[in-house]
Amino acid sequence: MQKIKSFLLKNGPLLATVAIFILVYAIGAQLYPTMKKPQVFFNLFINNGSLLIISIGMTMTVIMGGIDLSVGAMIALTSVASAALLQKNADPVFVMVLMLLMGTALGFVMGCIIHYLKVEAFVVTLMGQFFARGMAYVINESSITIKNEFYNYLALTKINLPFFEKAYVYIPTLAGIVLLIFTFILLSSTRFGRTVYAIGNNEQSALLMGLPVARTKLIVYSFSGFCSALAGIVFSISLLSGYGGYGQSMEMDAIASVVIGGTALTGGTGTVLGTLFGVLINGIIVSILQFNGTLTSWWTRIGVGALTLIFIGIQSLFYVKKKD
Amino acid sequence: MKNNISPFTKFRQSRIFWPLVALLLIFIFDGIYAPGFFKLGILDGHLYGNLIDVINNGAPLVLVAIGMTMVIATGGVDLSVGAVIAISAAMGAVLINPAFGNELISNDILTQNVSRTPLGLIVLANLAAGTACGLWNGFLVSRAKIQPMVATLILMVAGRGIAQLITNGQIMTIYYTPYFFFGNGYILGLPVAVYIVLAVLGLAWLLVRKTSIGLFVESVGINAESTYYSGISEKNVKLLAYTFCGFCSAIAGLILSSYVHSADANNIGLNYELDGILSVVIGGTLMAGGRFSLLASVIGALVIRTFTITMYTVGIPANALLAAKAVLVLIVILLYSEQAHKIINAVFERKGRSKDAKN
Amino acid sequence: MSNPNDEIIRLEGICKNFPGVQALKNVDFCLRKGEIHALVGENGAGKSTLIKVMTGVERFDEGKITYDGKEIVIRSPQHAQNIGISTVYQEVNLCSNISVAENLLLGREPRKLGCIDWKAMNKRAKAIMQDLDVDIDVTQPLGSFSTAIQQIAAIARALEISSPKVLILDEPTSSLDAHESNLIFKVMRKLCSAGVGIIFITHFIKQVYEISDRITVLRNGKLVATHETASLPTIQLISEMIGHSLAEYDEMKKSEFVVNHKKALLEAKELGRKGMVEPFDLELHAGEVVGLAGLLGSGRTEVVKVLFGIDEPDNGCLIVDDQLIKKHSPFEMIMHGVALCPEDRKASGIVGDLTIRENIILAIQARLGWFKFLSKQKQYEIANKYIKMLNIATPSSDQLVKNLSGGNQQKVILARWLATDPKMLLLDEPTRGIDVGTKAEIQKLVINLATEGMGCVFISSELEEVMRTSHRVVVMREHEKVTEFAGEVSEREIMQAMAGGE
Repeated sequence: MQKIKSFLLKNGPLLATVAIFILVYAIGAQLYPTMKKPQVFFNLFINNGSLLIISIGMTMTVIMGGIDLSVGAMIALTSVASAALLQKNADPVFVMVLMLLMGTALGFVMGCIIHYLKVEAFVVTLMGQFFARGMAYVINESSITIKNEFYNYLALTKINLPFFEKAYVYIPTLAGIVLLIFTFILLSSTRFGRTVYAIGNNEQSALLMGLPVARTKLIVYSFSGFCSALAGIVFSISLLSGYGGYGQSMEMDAIASVVIGGTALTGGTGTVLGTLFGVLINGIIVSILQFNGTLTSWWTRIGVGALTLIFIGIQSLFYVKKKD
Repeated sequence: MKNNISPFTKFRQSRIFWPLVALLLIFIFDGIYAPGFFKLGILDGHLYGNLIDVINNGAPLVLVAIGMTMVIATGGVDLSVGAVIAISAAMGAVLINPAFGNELISNDILTQNVSRTPLGLIVLANLAAGTACGLWNGFLVSRAKIQPMVATLILMVAGRGIAQLITNGQIMTIYYTPYFFFGNGYILGLPVAVYIVLAVLGLAWLLVRKTSIGLFVESVGINAESTYYSGISEKNVKLLAYTFCGFCSAIAGLILSSYVHSADANNIGLNYELDGILSVVIGGTLMAGGRFSLLASVIGALVIRTFTITMYTVGIPANALLAAKAVLVLIVILLYSEQAHKIINAVFERKGRSKDAKN
Repeated sequence: MSNPNDEIIRLEGICKNFPGVQALKNVDFCLRKGEIHALVGENGAGKSTLIKVMTGVERFDEGKITYDGKEIVIRSPQHAQNIGISTVYQEVNLCSNISVAENLLLGREPRKLGCIDWKAMNKRAKAIMQDLDVDIDVTQPLGSFSTAIQQIAAIARALEISSPKVLILDEPTSSLDAHESNLIFKVMRKLCSAGVGIIFITHFIKQVYEISDRITVLRNGKLVATHETASLPTIQLISEMIGHSLAEYDEMKKSEFVVNHKKALLEAKELGRKGMVEPFDLELHAGEVVGLAGLLGSGRTEVVKVLFGIDEPDNGCLIVDDQLIKKHSPFEMIMHGVALCPEDRKASGIVGDLTIRENIILAIQARLGWFKFLSKQKQYEIANKYIKMLNIATPSSDQLVKNLSGGNQQKVILARWLATDPKMLLLDEPTRGIDVGTKAEIQKLVINLATEGMGCVFISSELEEVMRTSHRVVVMREHEKVTEFAGEVSEREIMQAMAGGE
């Protein structure tokens, strides 16, 4: 009995997230029978591929007690930059590698400013956001279409899934899944991952414990930059274009997914598994609104905001309980 | 030693010194590269020219900076100012021709130079909407204990959704001319916006220096717990700061929508949070909270406005400017860090000493 | 136990200057293998600077350090740790969200295929803790254990990471009760019998005698003497620490207090709050000092916090000046003439970046409200009055409070409250961590205030101090009011009540 209780307390936010996802999905399926098709479920992964990727990066940053507000703008910058390069007939693989390097480098620079110059993370990454968005528009004011065979191939090739009839995902969808598994192992059972948790709890202590705080922080922000570049690539593949206006307020969706997934914004607790469900909840709400058809897009913004608020509330409730 | 501080040293140590230096530098730049910048003329009985543009266009930013100063001084931040501007603007635009129930508003009515709501009521609704947003932020921060960055980020995103909800997703163009008074009108040759700013600044100054609110705000920003132990409701101080910031943003929304004759929920007041934070930071208030100066923030806002207009004059595109400004904020924050101050002071002291030696 | 020839580390003629102050003047110090060496001195004596020099946080200006027979230069804390000098600080510098095992071993954890080998790690952590006679579930997060266990975990980590020859314990027991301190002592004895030299810093004289082999006394940055503990009488130790006799204390006389049958100024009936303090009764009369005795964590701080409305009581009622308090908040209590000097001066007392003047007028301004702002002139008047009255050492009232010494900061907080002209003053450890002279001043002040008719509640860790100032002593134990002594009472009786023994 005691064990069950401590398990519930320990994993409360995560369980709540999973339960809510199932509940919302069930309600949706009741209202719109098409949602019972397995493909609708897999569409959640397809449609939210890039959101999942930035949310994974965000999860790590938030667990470490930081935040990265630049992710949405980084998607825009990556998409425009890669589209512009492809327009000039650059090699697609080279472009992808270059984008990933650029994202990692920008994340690294922000990490350096945050850590060595002791400027608050949200200020630095907010500036990063404006910088990236500005640069995206500097590269090109309007949308650029991508006409590259390799990109086309990636965008249109379906991978049929076993066990489910007629269910499929696209190649870029797999990127998020692979990244999720990789990050899950990284966070839960490596020295680096546990150091991230330690820093999230108390940076000063982690430093005095002799843990490599500076290195870890730089890696985490670089990783977040890497994730947003990867998300930008996935984004530009799925839309086959690049535009400075992409990914508007996606950082908020990512933060919302992280929070809904049970990661506390104060740092030190949380899992990427929870974040996955956070992203799925985010996606299912959008799907239901789409199925409905009459509700307009701004309702999602308001809805996501409200849901985030509710989950912050649930979390603080859990932490109060834990203290008792 | 203590008693003979020269007036210059006193001025150099005051908070408005560095923002003024920045402003001066930009003016010198203008003097060299954009000679027409300082030209003032009289057209239709009022002044015009780049400098007037700075204060007229800069009015909304100055207002946001005043509100943001109070919030940052308490150790918080308000990322929702842009969204609040959009809500306030949407409120105004919609109320000029409100549609009740299923009533259909034809394009004919919409484009007429009439209002179906008294102007006073529209202004009140503008201000009330913005103030309510500020109150909401303040509630989340002070009562629900959500980190300011997160609490206001929620409204930053959801707020534009709400603004779209108000305008039903459309860009509302305003045809009602009396509404233009706030952004385009002139009194005694100066833009109306200037008078509004002066009034708000006066009000803020009274609140901050003639009541104990200023002291309480600083105290909360430095050490909220000690402040609470001293019998001051740190919650109410924060609530007031956010509400005031919402109020200031609402006026900014009123002026902006009046100036551009429309309310575009997606774009009005875009990136004002960046410029607002930048103004306050240039004004020397630390992001961690504590000591602040309204006047320094106002000068900070003017620095940004002058910088922006200068860059336009020189021919740098708006989007490159966005990126440049982001870099600028970071540099300014770094310049205000204690490390930089130590170096600067050391340089000044050495100069002073060598002067003494000569005498 | 220790052999005089077995020196691990020797510091000779160490001098260290900070701008304007000479923090260490020609200090010698040596530590032997397997000894517990207490380092004592009042605040500002130079203990922490000496430790910083030894751990490479600060470079010294003159002198030399011999470690393990060789002269060395300690470059950084990391370097100190590598050569075998480890430090455990007062605040537990571990992470409460990860497991005890991770806290012990992170950084050199056993690995399998690049991942942490949890099984091996937990087993090893368990063994390490058992070595120190602590048997706990090491997979639980550190935060779920008591401070003493966390402190021991910190020591265990220091041992595990660098197997030190010198272990510096900087006030490890300051927030522990007697029982918990004993846990730490057990670990210390075990370690020194294994040959580790331990430097033990503490404020508690009793603990110095309980555990140490030798004592080094510092005063004003100078070495006073190093003694064998067994041959040093307490009174000599104290006089060496403070440098002047205790005459100041002797001339202090308790104010005469006769319980007049008027109603109490403050009356708490069955007041309590779940999880903080059990319901208690308390009366405070005009002109009376009530001492609250009890160990740290006994609930004494909670009593004044509940009285002052910082934490709202959920049981009983509070009557101040014949009025029932309905809304509990600091503001409400200030309006009823109550004032509280909180325990944690830095966190909940001073507002560091404000000036002395602003700090002093803060509470009176809170009482006046938002719109009755005191004029600058009036502010200076009030500030200067209290700077003079309390003898606050500062060139002007425009100095920032954070630049003052601890004792003067405490006086500023006292001034803040006296300025509100309170009828009742609650003092939570007003003399903690300040020099002896100021301590005596504050005690005198409390007695004088009581003579003038103020009701005071006085909390102190030092029983002597409580007995010297109070007319009545209330004893707290385990979050409960145990008993109350009025009139003459012996130290022994109170201690028995505090400890709960028969």
